Amino acid sequence: MMRFVVVRAFESLVVLALMSFVVYALIGLMPGDPIDIMLAGDPNMTPEDRERLRQLFGLHLPIWERYGNWLVAAIGGDFGFSRTFNRPVLEVMAPNLGRTALLMMSSFVLSVAIAIPLGLAAAVRQRRLADYGINLFCFAGKSVPPFWLALMLILVFAVELNWFPAGGIETVGASGIVDRVRHLALPVACLTLLNLASVARLMRAEAIGALRQDYVRTARAKGLAERRVIWGHAMRNALNPVVTVIALEFGTLFSGALITETVFAYPGMGKMIYDAILGNDYNLALIGLLFATLLVLVGNLAADLGYAALDPRISYR
Amino acid sequence: MTAALAKAERPAPRNRARARFMRHRGAVVSALVLTIIVAAAIGAPLVEGWLGHGPNDPDLGKRFLSPTWAFPLGTDEAGRDVLLRLMYGGRVSLLVGLAAALASAVIGTAIGIVAGYYGGRLDAFLMRLTDAVISLPSLALLIVLAAVDLKKIGVPDSIAYSDAVSLYRIIFIISLVGWTGVARLVRGATLSMRTREFVRAAVALGAPARRIMLVHILPNVLGPVIVATTLSVGGIILAESVLSYLGLGIQPPIASWGNMLSNAQEMLTQAPQLVIYPGLAIMLTVIAFNFLGDGLQDALDPRAGE
Repeated sequence: MMRFVVVRAFESLVVLALMSFVVYALIGLMPGDPIDIMLAGDPNMTPEDRERLRQLFGLHLPIWERYGNWLVAAIGGDFGFSRTFNRPVLEVMAPNLGRTALLMMSSFVLSVAIAIPLGLAAAVRQRRLADYGINLFCFAGKSVPPFWLALMLILVFAVELNWFPAGGIETVGASGIVDRVRHLALPVACLTLLNLASVARLMRAEAIGALRQDYVRTARAKGLAERRVIWGHAMRNALNPVVTVIALEFGTLFSGALITETVFAYPGMGKMIYDAILGNDYNLALIGLLFATLLVLVGNLAADLGYAALDPRISYR
Repeated sequence: MTAALAKAERPAPRNRARARFMRHRGAVVSALVLTIIVAAAIGAPLVEGWLGHGPNDPDLGKRFLSPTWAFPLGTDEAGRDVLLRLMYGGRVSLLVGLAAALASAVIGTAIGIVAGYYGGRLDAFLMRLTDAVISLPSLALLIVLAAVDLKKIGVPDSIAYSDAVSLYRIIFIISLVGWTGVARLVRGATLSMRTREFVRAAVALGAPARRIMLVHILPNVLGPVIVATTLSVGGIILAESVLSYLGLGIQPPIASWGNMLSNAQEMLTQAPQLVIYPGLAIMLTVIAFNFLGDGLQDALDPRAGE
């Protein structure tokens, strides 16, 4: 078990290191460079100033050396300054990380809590109206453009019904937990709906397989209540493959969070990355992408370990 | 039961596959819906001719018109014909979806077959690479890729800043991250094919590796590839719409279902129908591709799924 964790953690670290180089190189290829932006802000700069600045920031060096310098600084905890916020990027990012974690975790828990009973219900009523209804709902959930779902939620619940605010995280001047929760409601609902479909569909397929097994027949023959048969016997066994897929869906969940945050103006990691890329805030974009990758990798690893905890047959040596 | 009777009752595999497909009502309806959508996309210039105005002709005197005979679905915030823009946008979405799905399938199949056939270190390397790409936050990566300045990688100005380049670029970058599913699938199928008698016979006869992979293995793994490719079209259309909505995909004046929504937030209170139509078009198309893929899965790969 320990060995497995160490190997997987090491693999994740390699992926992260590779990703950091790829992203570093790609960000260097984005339009404009820091000096051009400074030039645009200060018309008095001469070409000599420009060259001096290039030397000062090390922009004349080849990409390998620049990346090396960045890496050394980064390992020492210095990820540079944000151009738009004029503060160290870690300081800018920290609150966003917490808010994205809150958004993702609440949607994740909610969607799994809804999807599992939903998938089971469909499996038990296989080829009946409820099953077709749930199936259609799942297809719709997989097929809806994520940003459009967010827009529709705003249209119905914020513009038409005026039940919830359309964006942001709190009302200016107001405070308190109720206000925060009201602001969270639509983003969480949106991300939950997006995540729900794939889990419910898989749960249905697995539960149908499990319900055909001999041990389910034995349980019924013993005279167990149908509830016990479904929840105690079929569900436990159907859950394992579902957990594996949830593990692989962590990246998708983050993509959903990025869109949700952007549409609802929710200041999390996704919106921060998007704004940083559009605003040429290279350091912030870089650190944001790396932490997003880290988030996904840790999520995958955690789900792998959860798999082992759920299924005693798997030991990972 | 006599052999003749058994034979009569069991139709050829191809017909059985067709029968299984026809039983999937969702897939049959979806095939019809897709035919209509494709026809609308192809027929866009025809309708343009009848209506007598183009999809990109702004007319600020005719903003937010209600549907009339001249503008069957009304006009948008710049006075352009919404129906025509939807039809031309459909061309872009379908083209991106099909082209990127096909490109991803080709890359994925190549990597999967090579990994499965050669095994060993190469396989381990390619599969670690696949795992790594799968574990990346793909949308964030797509945004970075879409923001890359083509001039900086040596593309001449005339191409880098032309209208059509956003179309090719989006197909390219989506294929770059989209091949992983097919690669895994094909590798698995190749591993099981490699141990089959006819492949081992070909090896024993001294056939070169390239021939074994292309002639003996490829046709036998094509079924699942077709299913996976069809199922991926929907996701790709969604990805394109997201990038275009964020302003990083298809660039105006070319209409796409995604970039028709890029001003959606301001229009929500003023003209919600302009937000609803393109979204419905995307959703309908994607649902249809997903159902079609599901039906093909039942038909070509009956043991998968349930």
